[in-house]
Amino acid sequence: MNTFKWLVKREYWEHRGGFMWTPFWVTTAVLILTILGITWTEVAGRRVTSHLSFGIPWDQLSAQISSGDLVQAGQGLDVIYVMFNLMVCVSLFFVLFFYLLGALYDDRKDRSVLFWKSLPVSDTATVLSKVATAAVLAPLIAFAIATVAYVGFLLVVSIWASLHGINPLPVIANSNPFGMFWRLLLTVPVNALWALPALGWLLLCSAFARSKPFLWAVLIPLLAVILNGWVSAMGLPSFSSKFLSNDVAGRMIFSIIPGSWIDKSDVVRVGEMASSGSSLDGARLVNALNPSHVYAVFAQPAMWIGIAAGVVMIAATIWMRRRRIESSV
Amino acid sequence: MNAVTQPQAVVQATNLSKHYGKTAALDGIDLTIEEGRIVGLIGPNGAGKTTALKAILGLAEFEGKLSVLGLDPRNQRTELMKQVCFIADVAVLPRWIKVREAVDFVAGVHPRFSREKCMAFLARTKLNPALRVREMSKGMIVQLHLALVMAIDAKLLVLDEPTLGLDILYRKTFYETLLNDYFDEQKTIIVTTHQVEEIEHILTDLIFIRDGKIALSASMDAIAERYIEVMVSPERADAARAMNPINERQIFGKSIFLFDGVPRATLAEFGELRKPSISDLFVATMKGTYA
Repeated sequence: MNTFKWLVKREYWEHRGGFMWTPFWVTTAVLILTILGITWTEVAGRRVTSHLSFGIPWDQLSAQISSGDLVQAGQGLDVIYVMFNLMVCVSLFFVLFFYLLGALYDDRKDRSVLFWKSLPVSDTATVLSKVATAAVLAPLIAFAIATVAYVGFLLVVSIWASLHGINPLPVIANSNPFGMFWRLLLTVPVNALWALPALGWLLLCSAFARSKPFLWAVLIPLLAVILNGWVSAMGLPSFSSKFLSNDVAGRMIFSIIPGSWIDKSDVVRVGEMASSGSSLDGARLVNALNPSHVYAVFAQPAMWIGIAAGVVMIAATIWMRRRRIESSV
Repeated sequence: MNAVTQPQAVVQATNLSKHYGKTAALDGIDLTIEEGRIVGLIGPNGAGKTTALKAILGLAEFEGKLSVLGLDPRNQRTELMKQVCFIADVAVLPRWIKVREAVDFVAGVHPRFSREKCMAFLARTKLNPALRVREMSKGMIVQLHLALVMAIDAKLLVLDEPTLGLDILYRKTFYETLLNDYFDEQKTIIVTTHQVEEIEHILTDLIFIRDGKIALSASMDAIAERYIEVMVSPERADAARAMNPINERQIFGKSIFLFDGVPRATLAEFGELRKPSISDLFVATMKGTYA
């Protein structure tokens, strides 16, 4: 177990830039743009800023706070907490995608694998430490940073409200930061298990490819979809193309996006809310993150089939890691 | 208890083979390396040195029987690596790692690593804890690697071209440090290098490998008994040639013949006797390798 701790630390040391600084700069950029947007509104007058404030529905929130609609404003704050997480999750997808593809390839390419293999660390522990890093460590860091950024945002709102002679505390009291914290935290294990097929597939490509793991990881699922399309065009028995592209190929790559298991209708509504900014149905969004709703995903066969496929691919990765030491570059 | 330990085989290979496609990188070699030896594994490029080392370290599949410290490297690599260290040429340390992180990591995962020893070795160098490998020269990287490895109380140390690309100052200190501060009777070192002349005075045993086969395996003492060089003046050269020397070269108008297993007394009649250098022996043994 001690060895495992050091292995995960090792991953953090190597990838601090991706795991910590990427979400940090994304949230910092959002915060700065929000502050700029608010300043602009104050200087230039009302209703010109919805584009400047970059994802944060500031107009609506400020209107609700000004008009004393505390319940709505509180829900608005909860939605914004979720949005900070969504933005971090988008960047996390890219970080994880390239992290996983390089995890068992880069050290073969620069031959440092010979150093790692000269230590009494099993290949199983090595591979599992990378799974744990991608599935748990990186999302937890991203979540922590999104939370800090949200606290920063609350500070900005409070200052703004005080400047307008409004007491910000009743608004914050009507939001539900601690409940949201736990709800968002509880999605981390669900994300991790849902992502297992992508984790397994990307790591397998990383351990297997003699060069260009990216091409292997993307082209094989793509070719499978195309071939299946031909087979079905010829009238031969084939998979439904929707099933193959969404539930197999898509899942092998995109399931590392946190929350990609969420019921599509919920996602669409959140997206609409974010883009139009018209009706912030905070209650609905918060409800979508209700643990009983979230953990209902375990009732889907897709979850369990994915877990099984992920475990098989991770086992294949460990097997591959034992044998393949060279890369052709 | 077992105070007087019998010299036991650290590496024991029987009919060890390894094929890449149809070419045999190792062609059924038998090999025994005993405790407390410093063994030079010498061979031309592509002879199978690295393949043999990889098999010993559990980094490659192979056919035949191989036991290292009583373990099977194929499926007991993790256990084996507690007692075996290796340095596979320079520049295999990950480029992103800092000195501090490398020491912490090895200390964290290696049960036989001594942080105190490692820090003592590092204190003799210019390396500071915050330095990253990518900021170091080749010589500094090898200093770090050596400090890490020498702080591990291992039974077997494998060095594959450890001084490749280093300048002469680093090369000299590398072997001196190894010999003075690391080696003792309980340890065994296997080293491959192309700079044979630099290690010949530290070796206790020599193995020549050629085309996946062992061309020569003997202790340095036995080699000194068996191989003798004679410096012969031109008028006696033909007579010497008739004795089947394995090599002949000219220097200052005289011929130098290398003989294998000819009694010393017989050879003394032809001229001055000399101890052949490993590189001369190597050239004689490997004649025609690239032809």
